[in-house]
Amino acid sequence: MEFIQKAWPWYVSGPLIGLIVPALLLLGNKTFGVSSSLRHICAACIPSKIPFFVYEWKKESWNLFFVGGIVLGGFLATRFLSGNASVAINPKLTEVLREEGIRDFNGLLPLDIFSLSALFTLRGIIFTVFGGLLVGFGTRYAGGCTSGHSIMGLSSLQWPSLIATCCFMAGGFFMSWLILPYLLKL
Amino acid sequence: MGIFFGIILIKSQAVSWFRIQEMFRFQSFHMYGIIGSAIIVGMLSVWLIKRFGIKALNGEAVQIPEKKFHWGNVYGGVIFGLGWALTGACPGPLFAEMGGGFYVVIITFFSAIAGTWLYGKFRAKLPH
Repeated sequence: MEFIQKAWPWYVSGPLIGLIVPALLLLGNKTFGVSSSLRHICAACIPSKIPFFVYEWKKESWNLFFVGGIVLGGFLATRFLSGNASVAINPKLTEVLREEGIRDFNGLLPLDIFSLSALFTLRGIIFTVFGGLLVGFGTRYAGGCTSGHSIMGLSSLQWPSLIATCCFMAGGFFMSWLILPYLLKL
Repeated sequence: MGIFFGIILIKSQAVSWFRIQEMFRFQSFHMYGIIGSAIIVGMLSVWLIKRFGIKALNGEAVQIPEKKFHWGNVYGGVIFGLGWALTGACPGPLFAEMGGGFYVVIITFFSAIAGTWLYGKFRAKLPH
């Protein structure tokens, strides 16, 4: 049981995530992907005549149950499997982030940025609100996210997914190296 | 399957903003290991399913829709990458974090829905 309570190493969690690909294919002939759920939510909850959101979203409702499951899994893991322990990150990163203004290293997310009290600061708005906009807009524009393109797409050898994955990484590098240090100091 | 995915995301710390920063700053192999090994296992299983013509539970042949390239893969990909490094979360982890009690992530989630909606709204005007 002790093993379950600790953070799981990559060689355990990575292959387990990989197994979701054949499990979804075999159980329901569905392809792994999370970001399409955001489109289904738009189609289901925001009435409009936008052609992109007019389709039979009910046929894809399994995807909404799937993401509902992720929420429940997240709850179970933090509640019963001590999921929100401090993350053993590289000491160099701790040092750099401290210089850039992060003080909270106790959980999965730094509460300096991701908390209700931080939300009403410029920094909080940029990270939570603007960041979320980029994620939602970018994934749909790219046609998928880390699960749909990087894991499902690459597993089935689709070259557009390889291009998308390289662009995800390029955007991430650009942000982390060139912009983030300034945003953290706000 | 969703519950299973949610638990792994939390327990592997793939949902951690810190882990994502480590990945983009090349300070840890952890995230590369997770994503890389997930792809290898996924690839092997897709290959096995195709090689032996394994059918889905309902008896249908397994179908994987082909993805066609469009420039959105590039532009959208970079935009998502920027957001990924900022929020430290791709869509899967967003759901897991909300379940894990990070309530402020609900705001990020609504923003992501708004982002998706904006894409749908302006889709015809964007280069693809």
